[in-house]
Amino acid sequence: MSNFFFETTGGRVILTFAEALALLVPLLIMVAYLTYAERKVLAAIQLRRGPNVVGPFGLLQPFADAIKMLMKETVIPSGSNRLLFLLAPMLTFGLAMVAWAVIPVNEGWAIADINVGILYLFAISSLGVYGVIIAGWASNSKYAFLGALRSAAQMVSYEVSMGFVIVSVLLCVGSLNLTDIVLAQQTIWFCIPLFPMFIVFFISTLAETNRSPFDLPEGESEIVAGFFVEYSSLSFGLFFLGEYANMILMSGLTTILFLGGWLAPFGVVPFTWIPGPIWFILKVCLCLFVFIWVRGTFPRYRYDQLMRLGWKVFLPLSLAWLVITAGALMLFGWLPHAPA
Amino acid sequence: MIATIAFYVFAVVLLVAAAMVVSSRNPVHSVLFLILAFFNAAGLFLIAGAEFLAMILMIVYVGAVAVLFLFVVMMLDVNFAELRSGFQRYLPIGATIGAVLFIELVLVVGGWSIGPLSEGARFAPTPANVHNTAALGRLIYTDYVFLFQAAGLVLLVAMIGAIVLTLRERKSSRHQIIRLQNSRTVAETLEMVPVSLGANINTLGIYRPKVTEPEEVLADESDSEALLGHHGGGSGGAGAHHAPEVR
Repeated sequence: MSNFFFETTGGRVILTFAEALALLVPLLIMVAYLTYAERKVLAAIQLRRGPNVVGPFGLLQPFADAIKMLMKETVIPSGSNRLLFLLAPMLTFGLAMVAWAVIPVNEGWAIADINVGILYLFAISSLGVYGVIIAGWASNSKYAFLGALRSAAQMVSYEVSMGFVIVSVLLCVGSLNLTDIVLAQQTIWFCIPLFPMFIVFFISTLAETNRSPFDLPEGESEIVAGFFVEYSSLSFGLFFLGEYANMILMSGLTTILFLGGWLAPFGVVPFTWIPGPIWFILKVCLCLFVFIWVRGTFPRYRYDQLMRLGWKVFLPLSLAWLVITAGALMLFGWLPHAPA
Repeated sequence: MIATIAFYVFAVVLLVAAAMVVSSRNPVHSVLFLILAFFNAAGLFLIAGAEFLAMILMIVYVGAVAVLFLFVVMMLDVNFAELRSGFQRYLPIGATIGAVLFIELVLVVGGWSIGPLSEGARFAPTPANVHNTAALGRLIYTDYVFLFQAAGLVLLVAMIGAIVLTLRERKSSRHQIIRLQNSRTVAETLEMVPVSLGANINTLGIYRPKVTEPEEVLADESDSEALLGHHGGGSGGAGAHHAPEVR
C-alpha cells in the first residue's frame, strides 16, 4: 500500500523531498564538524589545543559559532547592488547543496542516478565561480573585486586540467554515470593505474575550492579577505558553509573517481563486513584530512606561480596522460564496452 | 504533467531573460540575464531528453564563455550614454538584419516540419536502445570523424593565430626561471669570509652573499625597478638572476 502511494506524482515529490532532507541534514552536520576538525587538526599541527571550552572537548564549538553568526547584523554596504549582493551567498550555498543530488553514497543511494552524472557535477562546480564574481562585483569594494577576478581566473584555469583528468577516468569506465564509475573499480581503484592523474586532480580540487595553498581570492595579507570582505552575519555564514560543503563535495568526487567510492579495499572479508556508506564517509574524511594537512603545511602560492602550475604543468601533463591512457587501452584491448 | 509545467516555466523565463539581455541598462546585468537564458535553455534540452547537450551547454557556455564575458564587461569602463546615442541611426540596419535572421529561422523550421525528406529523420533522431551520449559519440567520432577533425583543425589555427597576435615578450620586465633557481647551490651563492681573530665576529666564520656579478647589472636593475615601480622578483630564494646583495 505504501508502495502504491510512492508511485503517484505527489508521493514521488514527497519521497524526493525526504531523500534530499536525509542527505542534506547529515551533510550540514558534517560541514559543522569539518570546521571543528579543521581547527583541531591545525591546532595539533601547530602544537596547540584548539577549541576545548564549549562542551566536552569543545565539541559544541560549531554550534556556538553558528549562533554567534545568526545573531550578528547583516550589513549591506552603501553603493552596493543590493539584490546581487544578497543573491551571491545564496547561489554559492545553493550550488554546493544541489551538486549532492547525484553523488552515490552506496549502490543505488543517489537521489538522482542520471546518465550524465559526472558532467552534471562538473557543470555545477563550474557554476560556483558566479557566486564569487557576483559577490565581488556587487560589494562595490576594490578588495572584493580583486578577489573575485583572481578567483574567476583561477577556477577557470584549473577546470581545464580537471576536465582532462575526468576524461581519462571516463575512458577507463565507458560511461558518464557515477555508479558505473565506482563499479568499474571493483578490480582495482583508479588511483593506482592513474596515480599521476589522481595527484593532479587532488591539487586541482584544492585550487577549485579556493583552499590554501591556492587561497589567493581571499589572501588576507594582500586583499583583506577577498571577495567576501563586505559580508557579515548569515550572508558570510552562507559563503563559509558553501566553501566547506564544496570541500566535502570535491572529496566525494575524488573518492568516486579514484578511491573506489563505497567499495571496500581489496574486497576481502574483514573489510567487506563494514557497509559501503561507512567506507565512503571514511574515504571522504581521509581526503578532507589531507585538505587540512595541506593547509597546515604549505605557504600560499604567488599568483603567477599558480597560473604557471595550472597552464604550463598540469594542462600538458593531463593531456599527455589522456593520450597515454587512450593508447594503452587501445593497445591492450582494455577498452570498456559502452553499455547499450 | 510536471514536464509540461517545467517546459512552460523554462520557456517563459528564457524568453524574458533573452529580452532583458538587450533591454537592461547595465551591461553586467545583461550578461547575468544571458547566463539565466543559457541555464533555461539547458533545462529545455533536458526536457527534450538531450541531457548530454544540456550539460555541455552548462559547462561550455555558462561555465567558461559567460565567465569571460562577465570578466570583460566588469573590467571595461563602458560609457552607457555613448552606447545608446546611435540608437536611431542604426535602427534600420539592425532591424533589417534581425528580419533576415528571423526569415531564415522560419524557413529552416518550416523546412524541418513540412519537408517530405525530413519526416524520416524527425521521428528517429536517436537510434533505439542507445542513450544520447553514445548516439552523439557515434555520429561525431564514427560517421563524421573527418568533418569533426577538420573543424578541430580550424579551431586550432584560430587559437594559434590569437596567441601569435597577442603574445609579446617584454624585455624590460623580469620573470622567474625556475630551473635556474632550483639548481642553485650554497657554494655558488655564499662564500666564507676569513675573519681575523678578535674582530668582533664569531671566529667560526660567517656566510655572506658572494659578490660576483658586474656593476652594470646592478645599475640596470635599479633602473627597471624604478620603471616598474615595484619589485618584480619573488621573495626569499627567488633571486637566481638578481645581483647578490652587497652588505
